[in-house]
Amino acid sequence: MNPENYLYLSAMLFTLGATGVMLRRNALVMFMCVELMLNAANLAFVTFARLHSQLDGQMVAFFTMVVAACEVVIGLAIIMTIFRARRSVSVDDANLLRG
Amino acid sequence: MSGMPTPHVEYDLLLPLLIVFGTAVIGVLFEAFVARRARYLMQVLLAVGGLAAAFAAIVAVGREVPAAGRIAVLGAVAVDRPALVLQGTVLLVGIMAVIFIAERNVGATVAEGPGAATAPAPLTTPGMDAFTPQASAAPDSVAELDAARAGLIQTEVFPLTVLAIGGMLVFPAANDLVTMFVALEVLSLPLYLLCGLARYRRLLSQEAALKYFLLGAFSSALFLFGAALLYGATGALSLPEIGEQLFAHSSDPLALIGAGLLLVGLFFKVGAVPFHSWIPDVYVGAPTPITGFMAAATKVAAFGAMLRIIYVALPALHDQWRPLLWVISVLTMVIATIAAITQNDIKRMLAYSSIAHVGFVLTGVLAAIPAGVASTMFYLVAYSFSTVGAFAVVNLIRRSGGEEELDMSRWAGLGRRYPVVGLLFSMFLLAFAGIPLTSGFISKFAVFKAAAEGGAAPLVVVGVIASGVAAYFYVRVIVLMFFTDSPADPPHLVSPSVWSIAAIALCATVTVTLGVLPQPLLDLAATATQFAH
Repeated sequence: MNPENYLYLSAMLFTLGATGVMLRRNALVMFMCVELMLNAANLAFVTFARLHSQLDGQMVAFFTMVVAACEVVIGLAIIMTIFRARRSVSVDDANLLRG
Repeated sequence: MSGMPTPHVEYDLLLPLLIVFGTAVIGVLFEAFVARRARYLMQVLLAVGGLAAAFAAIVAVGREVPAAGRIAVLGAVAVDRPALVLQGTVLLVGIMAVIFIAERNVGATVAEGPGAATAPAPLTTPGMDAFTPQASAAPDSVAELDAARAGLIQTEVFPLTVLAIGGMLVFPAANDLVTMFVALEVLSLPLYLLCGLARYRRLLSQEAALKYFLLGAFSSALFLFGAALLYGATGALSLPEIGEQLFAHSSDPLALIGAGLLLVGLFFKVGAVPFHSWIPDVYVGAPTPITGFMAAATKVAAFGAMLRIIYVALPALHDQWRPLLWVISVLTMVIATIAAITQNDIKRMLAYSSIAHVGFVLTGVLAAIPAGVASTMFYLVAYSFSTVGAFAVVNLIRRSGGEEELDMSRWAGLGRRYPVVGLLFSMFLLAFAGIPLTSGFISKFAVFKAAAEGGAAPLVVVGVIASGVAAYFYVRVIVLMFFTDSPADPPHLVSPSVWSIAAIALCATVTVTLGVLPQPLLDLAATATQFAH
């Protein structure tokens, strides 16, 4: 199978994620879309590693996974505190800061 | 299985980084093992001591490293003069930030509220001044009041700050894309949390943390995908190798899109228009010591990384990134200046002013000559000291309840009642405006001169006009402070600890000294323009 197809898939996932972050209004969904973008980058790294017959790209994927896991810890903590304070995670309700 | 050689690690060159990360780890252990009463003092001493030791190590490494710089840990970290100068700045700013963060019980009183009748409340809280006593308690809940009365302190703030500083030290020194991405996250993740810990206006603060987190995570995802595409185009992760490979692939669309996404990720971090929308909100919502720290140190680190990417990895794409930086620089200067004029909140005004300064720094970055690097670094050093000082002064002006007074109209007459503070704040504002005899004038002059020499004269015209307009809103505050009558029930000045006073005095001294005697730092910056390959 042509490895380039994985690149198309990765580009598609990345675009979906980026669109989701910009269009969706729920903090959790936006956060999931960011994770989708990170996974798309991972897929691209692994595919390129295959195309270049190197291992470097695959190694990056592990770093990305660890970073994504840390981001989940921080992100969910922030979203949780917001939810406990206002019973909502919509970013439209978080509108005290304007101007 | 014996085929794998053990990598050689240059511990002597990495000493500053190791000290800072070691300090952060020990700080986390303190949280687990030190008794609660002793924790605050030990954390402060540890953080300040660790950062000071790291600064001494930076100076020692700087004497040892040759002018061309060295590469350490199998090409992952570059130890060269530009990185060392920026790291030194981050550390000094970091020490001052820790001092401001450690400030406690400046005129704060426990608010009346639910549950106040059940326990006799002491008048002043022993907690940290700008930070919530318990981040996990919901705002204005009984749990929060109880925590404030019990004098709880969120001492985790110190290890988090030190971790962020560690990330900021690695970021401008990262010599491959993986290290750079990890450093970016290490500096950002603690900052997301720190933004949400303000003592007053906690809903606002949490909202700022959410916004910063979502946009920051989004921008690092863009950065990572850009890195993936660059890797695909060149087959290399280390910046010098990418730089060489790109000469052969300079018209490859993968490389162009990759470089573009990488730069967009960095523009988000420094807050250049049109990627600036988070800055005003986050700067207003975050606790003021953290705001000053972010405004200064994050920018220094991110511009360091940007310089390295542009000068080491992307020289082949010079004709492509230059127009992009042109447009962004002009947009940033013009839009931020116009937006700053209409602000009535002092922190928001300073936030827009910091965005405008990003535009000025970018004119130095895109000069693409050694003088451009030198002037950019001078600008970053000078600007970070004035910024930290300005936000530290803002932190001292309080309403009667202990909350900061941010409404600009209520600052009227402040300079007459508190002349020293008024003069200090005016001096920082004049430095931002770029008035002669302050550091701001020399740094603006240096970047504009470099930009003109680098063939960007029209940009200099825009820059000068923008600084002229910007002077209006800085001077407006000064006029307000000195030539307008105080409102009824005016805000008052709280007296900080000796250490904070010393830090503010240091910022003021640096701001004036760099304006009157800029030559030593200009010389230092001029010798620190060569990136390690």
